[in-house]
Amino acid sequence: MTTASSADHPTRRDFLYVATGAAAAVGVAATVWPLIDQMNPDAATIAAGAPIEVDLTPIAEGQDIKVFWRGKPIYISHRTKKQIDEARSVPLSSLPDPQTDEARVKSGHDQWLVVIGICTHLGCIPIAHEGNYDGFFCPCHGSQYDTSGRIRQGPAPANLAVPPYQFVSDTKIQIG
Amino acid sequence: MSGPSDFQPTNPALRWIERRLPIFGLVHSSFVAYPTPRNLNYWWTFGAILSMMLAVQILTGVILAMHYTPHADLAFRSVELIVRDVNYGWLLRNMHACGASMFFFAVYIHMFRGLYYGSYKEPREVLWILGVIIYLLMMATGFMGYVLPWGQMSFWGATVITNLFSAVPYFGESIVTLLWGGYAVGNPTLNRFFSLHYLLPFVIAGVVVLHVWALHVAGQNNPAGVEAKTEKDTVAFTPYATIKDLFGVSCFLIFYSWFIFYMPNYLGDAENYVPANPGVTPAHIVPEWYYLPFYAILRSIPNKLAGVIAMFSAIIILCFLPWLDSAKTRSSKYRPLAKQFFWMFVVVCVLLGYLGAQPPEGIYVIAGRILTVCYFAYFLIVLPLLSRIETPRPVPNSIADDVLAKTGSKAAPMVSTVIAIMVAGGLLVGGAQSAKAEGGEVAPPAQKWSFSGPFGTFDRGAVQRGLQVYKEVCATCHSLSFVAFRNLADPGGPGYSTAQAAAFASEYKIKDGPNDQGEMFERPGRPADYFPSPFPNEQAARAANGGAAPPDLSLITKARSYKRGFPWFIIDFFTQYQEQGPDYVSAILQGFEEKPPAGVTIPEGSYYNTYFPGHAIKMPKPLSDGQVAYTDGSPTTVAQYAHDVTTFLMWTAEPHMEARKRLGLQVFVFLILFSILMYFTKKKVWANAH
Repeated sequence: MTTASSADHPTRRDFLYVATGAAAAVGVAATVWPLIDQMNPDAATIAAGAPIEVDLTPIAEGQDIKVFWRGKPIYISHRTKKQIDEARSVPLSSLPDPQTDEARVKSGHDQWLVVIGICTHLGCIPIAHEGNYDGFFCPCHGSQYDTSGRIRQGPAPANLAVPPYQFVSDTKIQIG
Repeated sequence: MSGPSDFQPTNPALRWIERRLPIFGLVHSSFVAYPTPRNLNYWWTFGAILSMMLAVQILTGVILAMHYTPHADLAFRSVELIVRDVNYGWLLRNMHACGASMFFFAVYIHMFRGLYYGSYKEPREVLWILGVIIYLLMMATGFMGYVLPWGQMSFWGATVITNLFSAVPYFGESIVTLLWGGYAVGNPTLNRFFSLHYLLPFVIAGVVVLHVWALHVAGQNNPAGVEAKTEKDTVAFTPYATIKDLFGVSCFLIFYSWFIFYMPNYLGDAENYVPANPGVTPAHIVPEWYYLPFYAILRSIPNKLAGVIAMFSAIIILCFLPWLDSAKTRSSKYRPLAKQFFWMFVVVCVLLGYLGAQPPEGIYVIAGRILTVCYFAYFLIVLPLLSRIETPRPVPNSIADDVLAKTGSKAAPMVSTVIAIMVAGGLLVGGAQSAKAEGGEVAPPAQKWSFSGPFGTFDRGAVQRGLQVYKEVCATCHSLSFVAFRNLADPGGPGYSTAQAAAFASEYKIKDGPNDQGEMFERPGRPADYFPSPFPNEQAARAANGGAAPPDLSLITKARSYKRGFPWFIIDFFTQYQEQGPDYVSAILQGFEEKPPAGVTIPEGSYYNTYFPGHAIKMPKPLSDGQVAYTDGSPTTVAQYAHDVTTFLMWTAEPHMEARKRLGLQVFVFLILFSILMYFTKKKVWANAH
């Protein structure tokens, strides 16, 4: 179509096609977003993930409990003096994911270890008080964590994560 | 699909694939080079619109299934949670629910177009029959989808429709039991309907492939009804037909969006916002609008088996259409008599649809019977007879001739259409007036609401005061179980802060547990908790309220309505009036009379209410002047209380209404601009073809 008229106004024709195509692209993109965003957690799920409070009084020294927050198991360990010393005497250079024990607990509450009980390898739940380091042992692929929840042996790449929490009083923490 | 293609991709990688799987050639020959008659009008774009609707329904349906729970105890709540909590859940649900109606609307136009232009005639019989099969599958899918929200209409629709099969001699009861998977419609029924509702759209998609295949073998029919002979008669599918179809689709989306964003409940039934109750049948049960003509035929026949047979025959008869109408001329354009009868048939179908929604009594039954006869007479008498006695006008020699001779008489079809519409309108008005005379119920007065209209928003003050009225008065008996305290801080709601919502929640005692000792305990409410119910269960609510359980109020303004009647329901579509529920709730709260009017007696333990159906309501007058102390200086009158609590309850029923209308405006501006662009692009593309 190289008639005189179309050759005279090539830009006007192109502009119309480009504008229509661009508008269609914008429309498709705007339509796709709700279809994807609906997969994000819904408002009820987010509301149910609000912070929880945990009373520490029933946990005797050397014991631990498992609570759930946002669908994740949280280990709360009341560590013995021996366990704390073990965690603190390890040279950092020997750790795959170096981190001090002090950085993983709240100061003044050194006996309390609060970690998310999910193996950093592939998401299984490690068993407490098992393994060679008196900490956690993951039965899935054999990762071993110490009394500070740090990775010591096995395929897991990182230490057990510490969830956001704070002491509301000496015997109560708020997780989240 | 029209023979081997000589199409060869230029890209070597694509050529490598093409030699092993000639898919590009298939697409090219079917959707690019495929010749389409150049005289197709816009009625032919409905094929593309239907393809789009099928895709929209499958896409939104798969998404909704990610959030829906097919269990009799959880289904209703899960649908409400989709609408309230899932990101854009209200949008997806409206798209799917209104999408079903749009799908049927488009398919009816598509079918009437085929009927008018004789698209079922030789050599397109199989194409037409495949279409009828798609339509039947659509009806089954639509019906089962309507059951899934598990509201009152879902449940009783499922009961009535499955009971159709009990009319089958000898095996009827066994078939029905097989469909239910129990002694009545229940959880097994819901579960299998969900499974089949998920399956059937893919079956439809499969038959659509056959439908398109058959179409591409025979070639498209066209308004002139003569086959394409030379290249001058056709244009390439792409870009000509594609751009025209896309323009049609974009215009259709505007119509569709009107429902999604502004009238989402217009085509639904308020009763379906009441959870399914196997013990109570709604007073007036109607199927969705797209089944109404067939429902009217069913009800017109006073014999159970005969009624069911008539209803199914009304659809199956379409399969025989190619042989019932043996006229050689395809298009009704050239059949002066067939054209008149076609429009009469359209009117008959519309009127049957209207009758299907009316109570089966008096004049409606008689009119239904007459129209049922007309419906079948069109296929069994008129069409066979016309094909023998009618003298058609001469058809053009070719499509090209038809395009050139576009100056034909346009007045004739207009006249018959206008006459048909006037006759239909007259009948409808007549029917509506006789209905009014029979009624005698007082319609609630229409009130002014801040949330009505396309730009409506909730009056924050009214919602806050309404919450106070609910808390101090209504909450004594009525639950609000779909509303969580956190919702009070949601955008588009009462406008409280998160901290205020949390403080409000902490005033409530919420039952929780079991704790480590295995005991239930009470704790202060949290934002994530839902408003606690005043009674532990329905039986307790019933026992404490004279046998009538106070309904949950979360959805009450959408679950109550009153009959608008003709022509109001048509006017409402344009004015976006959808405040029947709020008008009714507000009227009930103000409609109590100390003494019933002379000559009216109401049962012991009931109270007289002007606007309650039957006038005897179990709820005593809940509000009186000065009962709730407002802190913002608003008048403490019953009228003000009613207005405020109704506004609050409209928000609880439709918490995302403001977001819906806001997004609706954006979508409308976009779609109108896009359609204008599409129109000029289409004109530009077609300029080459003329």
